[in-house]
Amino acid sequence: MSAAAEATVLITHDVGLHARPSVKFTKLAKTFAADVEIALAANGPWFDAKSIVKVMAAKAPKGTVLHIRARGNGADDAVRALIELVQRDFDEDAGHVRSA
Amino acid sequence: MRLARFFAGPQGMRAMRIEGVPASAGYAEGPLFDLDRSPAVYAGKATATEEKTSLQAAIGTAVSRLAAMAETADSDAAGILEFHIAMLEDNALSGPAFASIASGQTADAAWREALDAEIAGYEASDQDYFRARATDLRDIRDQVLRALTEDVDSTAPTGAILCGEDIAPTRFLETDWSHGGGIALKAGSTASHVAMLARSRGVPMVVGLREPLGDLAGMALLDAEHGSIVLAPSPAEIGAFRLSSASFVARQGVARRFLARPAVTKAGTAVRVQVNIADPSDVDGIDIATCDGVGLMRTEFLFGKNLPDEETQYRAYRKVLEWAGEKPVTIRTVDAGGDKPVPGFTVEEGNPFLGLRGIRLSLARLDIFRVQIRALLRAAPHGTLKVMFPMIAMADEYERAAALFAEEQAALAARGVAHRMPPLGIMVEVPSVAIAPEAFAGVAFFSIGSNDLTQYVMAAARDNAAVAHLNSVRHPAVLRLIGSVTAFGRENGIPVSLCGDAGGDPASIPSLLKAGLRDLSVAPAQLAMAKAAISDVPV
Repeated sequence: MSAAAEATVLITHDVGLHARPSVKFTKLAKTFAADVEIALAANGPWFDAKSIVKVMAAKAPKGTVLHIRARGNGADDAVRALIELVQRDFDEDAGHVRSA
Repeated sequence: MRLARFFAGPQGMRAMRIEGVPASAGYAEGPLFDLDRSPAVYAGKATATEEKTSLQAAIGTAVSRLAAMAETADSDAAGILEFHIAMLEDNALSGPAFASIASGQTADAAWREALDAEIAGYEASDQDYFRARATDLRDIRDQVLRALTEDVDSTAPTGAILCGEDIAPTRFLETDWSHGGGIALKAGSTASHVAMLARSRGVPMVVGLREPLGDLAGMALLDAEHGSIVLAPSPAEIGAFRLSSASFVARQGVARRFLARPAVTKAGTAVRVQVNIADPSDVDGIDIATCDGVGLMRTEFLFGKNLPDEETQYRAYRKVLEWAGEKPVTIRTVDAGGDKPVPGFTVEEGNPFLGLRGIRLSLARLDIFRVQIRALLRAAPHGTLKVMFPMIAMADEYERAAALFAEEQAALAARGVAHRMPPLGIMVEVPSVAIAPEAFAGVAFFSIGSNDLTQYVMAAARDNAAVAHLNSVRHPAVLRLIGSVTAFGRENGIPVSLCGDAGGDPASIPSLLKAGLRDLSVAPAQLAMAKAAISDVPV
């Protein structure tokens, strides 16, 4: 059984898809069987969303429209869950990294 | 970029003061510890298979050490450690290393090359945040190298000041800070993970030391409130340092309550408190709600290694303007020369503080000045920009600089480039201006540069410790000039502020407010304490 899904989400987290959010993002991606990829533009380049090295290499700052696509079992669920994580600002408190 | 100060210390040792950028305020007194001692050597294996096993084991060791550290870490620290673990466990990181082992490379060289390539990618980023992650990658690299060489890394003595090029986050976390200690780095960034951790734990830290530390023996005094380290200090310096340190601890406790509130004196008079910044990334650690804007943005940092192009300057100015929003940002045109040489721009002089510096140099090098003017005009629509000229001595200098702004504005308008003319003001730091301000009745604002004004009025170079006792903003001659400039401004509707070190010095704040000032600009780390000091002044 094969499925494919794709969606976009705006990164509103203060410094973007950075260290801590990347850990959460890749951990969540790995819970799905589907192949999941991210990109900063519709035409790629695409990065493996289960590899933190690749996700960090995408260097997505605040204000980036993140493209997420998945293929395989549970592709829809994977994209939906990851989009929601980004929309929730990776469940971080605002100002968490801003120790003065 | 002040020069190191040399003078005779105890036992004929030469005391040496090196200035840097405060990354986490506080004071530390202790032995120096060299972070950059060369690591042990890796013993190569006979076969590629053994090399592969050896690297796998080292990565495993590094991960378990990190996991053990994470168990006792607080949430900020645990977040960083989890990031390191996730990176180490990702095959995408180690893949290239295993590939080169297969083609005959030793484990240590293969790992180093693979990680150095990754690090280079982060260093090339145009975003401060991602560039600062290069330090994390170096840490990850060195943890595995350490495990490979089984180097029993000697730990720093308790209360030591850790010195070196840069510091790894794990090194910070491994260190016991409960008995004091601090960090002094040649490189480093106020946006690094370690700087963040140091601020949240109150570990004093200075980055960007202007001079190499040289021989790291003996004890030192780290002043991370103002940004300096003194090596081989004299007994008098140690005494003065301990007083500053004790006063800092006391002030800090009281000050925290004041940070979020507007500054008001004991008599209920409102005082504006802005911040001084040197690098656009400085604003990343400041909550705009805690200050009234940027009273001084230096631009010399842009001219550090080579002359910056218009686009680089425009981006730097725009970043700070957008951060400040509706609050004003006062950018000072480049103040090179004096104690701040710039290769390819400043000239060598016998007496640089009295030579071709500040606006004098800009007017002598119009090619360079016009680039900065265009960048400022283009950045202006992105916020509330004000521009000021340093080292103005005569009205003619201001008029020529203002005419250049008008010329460049007309040229931008003719080309249809978005821009805006900002209010143009001057630094009041040359005594001629402070004594006869009436020649400047047409400028938009005055900003008193108390550091230079004091050194020129007292004829005492501010980078010479031998005359430091003369260099006081509270000398009646300096205060009288500040008072008369402030009065002149009030009578003529010219706003007057002060942006020298005195503005953030709790001991000087009462005198400055009594002289009539109601607008101070201070180092970000001094914001809370300055507000606290203001609240005690009965004016």
